Amino acid sequence: MSTATVAHHEEHHDHPTGIMRWLTTTNHKDIGTMYLTFSLIMFFVGGSMILGIRAELFKPGLQLMNPEFFNQLIGVHALIMIFAALMPAATGFANWMIPLQIGAPDMALPRLNNWGFWLLPPSAILLTLPFTLAMFGIGDGALATGWTFYPPLSVQGGIGVDFAIFAVHLLGISSVMGSINIIVTLFNMRAPGMTLMKMPMFAWGWLITAFLLVATIPVLAGAVTMLLTDRHFGTHFFNAAGGGDPIMFQHLFWFFGHPEVYILLLPVWGFIPQILETFSRKPMYGYKAQVYSLWAIGALAVVVWAHHFFTAGMPVPALLYFMYSTMAISLPLAVLFFCWIKTMWKGSMSFETPMLFAVGWIILFGIGGLTGLVLADVAADAQYHNSYFVVAHFHYTLFAGGIMGIMAGTYYWLPKMTGHMYSETLGKLHFWLTAISFNLTFIPQFFLGLAGMPRRIPDYALQFAEFNMISSIAAFVLGFSQLLFVYNIVSCARGGKKATDQVWEGAKGLEWTLPSPPPYHSFTEQPIIK
Amino acid sequence: MQGFRKIGLGLAAMLASLNANADYSWNFPEPATPMALDTLHVHNKFMTITAIIFFAVLAIMIYSIFAHRRSKGYKPVTDKPPSTAVEIFWTLIPFAILLLIDFVIMGIPAYHSVIMMEDTRDKATMVIKITGSQWRWQYEYMDGDAKGIKFVSNLATPKEQTEKGFSGTKDENYLLEVDNHLVLPVGEKVRVLMTATDVLHNWWVPQFGSSRVAVPGFIRETWVQVERAGTYRGQCKELCGKGHGYMPIVVDAMPMAEYKVWVAAKKEELAKAVAGANKEWTKEDLVANGKIVYEKNCAVCHQVTGAGLPPAFPALTGSKIANGPIFGADGKYLKDSHLDRVLNGVRVMPSWKAMLNDTEIASVITYERNALGNNVGDVLQPSQVKMARQ
Repeated sequence: MSTATVAHHEEHHDHPTGIMRWLTTTNHKDIGTMYLTFSLIMFFVGGSMILGIRAELFKPGLQLMNPEFFNQLIGVHALIMIFAALMPAATGFANWMIPLQIGAPDMALPRLNNWGFWLLPPSAILLTLPFTLAMFGIGDGALATGWTFYPPLSVQGGIGVDFAIFAVHLLGISSVMGSINIIVTLFNMRAPGMTLMKMPMFAWGWLITAFLLVATIPVLAGAVTMLLTDRHFGTHFFNAAGGGDPIMFQHLFWFFGHPEVYILLLPVWGFIPQILETFSRKPMYGYKAQVYSLWAIGALAVVVWAHHFFTAGMPVPALLYFMYSTMAISLPLAVLFFCWIKTMWKGSMSFETPMLFAVGWIILFGIGGLTGLVLADVAADAQYHNSYFVVAHFHYTLFAGGIMGIMAGTYYWLPKMTGHMYSETLGKLHFWLTAISFNLTFIPQFFLGLAGMPRRIPDYALQFAEFNMISSIAAFVLGFSQLLFVYNIVSCARGGKKATDQVWEGAKGLEWTLPSPPPYHSFTEQPIIK
Repeated sequence: MQGFRKIGLGLAAMLASLNANADYSWNFPEPATPMALDTLHVHNKFMTITAIIFFAVLAIMIYSIFAHRRSKGYKPVTDKPPSTAVEIFWTLIPFAILLLIDFVIMGIPAYHSVIMMEDTRDKATMVIKITGSQWRWQYEYMDGDAKGIKFVSNLATPKEQTEKGFSGTKDENYLLEVDNHLVLPVGEKVRVLMTATDVLHNWWVPQFGSSRVAVPGFIRETWVQVERAGTYRGQCKELCGKGHGYMPIVVDAMPMAEYKVWVAAKKEELAKAVAGANKEWTKEDLVANGKIVYEKNCAVCHQVTGAGLPPAFPALTGSKIANGPIFGADGKYLKDSHLDRVLNGVRVMPSWKAMLNDTEIASVITYERNALGNNVGDVLQPSQVKMARQ
């Protein structure tokens, strides 16, 4: 099946050094490193924006910023965290680990890979440039519509919307290129003997993610382009006065937006079972069941989008359909949870940092999933919708389920990538600080939502004061705890105890057969899978 | 450790100082309509089910974490992997449990709630129309005795309290008070039509349990049936620009008899306003009335001083439009004149045609031309606005 030629590079390959190495590199590990570094930087950019928000919401009244600026921060925070922090992190792991895990010398399309990465920094600049321009009196700042771009507000908005539209175009092109690369790599470059059903779970997670991206990003690109022409070229796609419909945008946006949630999560669902089996010293349970569940979730992802706007008004049959189809997502997810826990069950567990993050991840992501099940109910959703309940819910899925998963993966693979062990003490401290302050930040927000506090408001009524204060304090602890993460990564990259090839006692898979760090060109001889 | 204790004490003291009898709420506010009651039941039931699932699974995990750990010398089971049939059997168990919960235990009550929620017409005895605008609500009574009553409801929290750096005491209903309350009779099912003039808004009173997006150019509907007399407060919950946090909703529910008295009084008030539009006003009266209208409706963008927030919201002080002529030689108002701008709007400037009456428009224009640093000296009479509308 695999037609990849046996790699025959020597160690004395020549490639440019210094900045040109990084600009021109086509090496999957270099590109992976750039993706991960970019993601980490943007995580702090997006994080500092939200700390500004939490500082403003610390107590009732306006203290730090005016409402316009507040609205800009919330939307740009979300776009950065989703498109510039979480997605690049997952792509960074894919670049690093997929060739290693399937025994390939590199990604199938290395130049496309380079281009895919180098589109990211310009789009991050496009997204944040309006903030700087506004300081010089040009335009009125960044996108102020929330990350969802809902018209007519986005048609009314200033140049920040145009900048965000182009940024999303570039990010989308980058994601589609990365996805095509991963699909081609996985279909063509697996080591001989590695059938699809022998692929590591991470590769499976990414394969489905890649298909979802290729299927849905063009819809988003189309929707924001229609928005652009509505803004500047006199079309009326989303304007009732010209025969359009503002709600149509929501359909198009969430046709992308819901699968996007799984795009962020499926790679994590891929490597978490690998972490669990490593630290439970026992093969993962239900490989096939997990693969089929991932497919089922991938398929359901594209048919449930309208549950994001039940309150926008739609016919009863549509409400019922989207409610029941959304609930159906819990079925494959229940199978996954069962398999994850069954992998731990009767293993011989030890709790190094990656395992701590993985176990914490199961619990916290479980809260995100279960509240999602409740949100699917149309009647109750009328209350939850656009309240802080939803904010808490999607941070349990995207911060706990996404970012804490990425942290688990980082600690798991860091020794492999750098060749050094990180500080286990700092890693554990980082986990406990993150887990506790995360909960203290978002549990109060569930109650704020139930009590009736809408999201995206810069100032609030007095009865919401206590919970907001707790949430703000915890958010600052959460934010500053992440400095430990950076410190740990940087000091691990610079030196430390040498890591062995296998790194973890129970680690299985091709990536652990190579030295740590792996040579510049991974497999000089193609491994054979029996 | 000592340091931590100090921080903890500090935090505790800070929280305690906030408001000693703060009303902590852990669930939805007390329901006032059948829909909110149903929503609360559904919410409680589903939360209980998910909490049971969560804690049951958590208990299993915690047991495993403590029992099956290497530090206790637990050896991993080394049985050979289960056969496909065994694996299918085991994985189908959680699948089946969720199937039952999703589509029977939760699915059936959810179905009935949806049907109830969407039935806006059965037994409805009156109709009101709610129009969302940046950043105020307009209420219109569509039938019965109250037919024709129409008014705008603006935030009534004093502006200085909402401004940056305010350090005094805030009102009890800070950000949740409006000048004109919506008044509804108790026990009547009210069909609510919803629309908007500019961007999306969402009319949400938590104690009513219904929320619906107001879409410009479309009519959406929902219903409320308030069971207990009282005052209910809510907010817009669809991001609608910089004033999104400042467009609250206040509803007074009254027994039918009181409601009728209110309707009669309100009709009289509106009749007076119509009469006022026909009389000749003095400049002083118009300016004085215009100041009130301006600060309520215009100051949020153009600022109290008229300085605006350029570039999005231009200054009125010294503005070409506010200092230019209104009427042409033919006696018709000019395109892009001050009156044209207020009546019809442009880009983010809303059209005020439907939101303000003739007297209010005449007052506010006269005010803007003769105050805020402008001194044109002319007067716009309500009767001229009335003519201009035709």
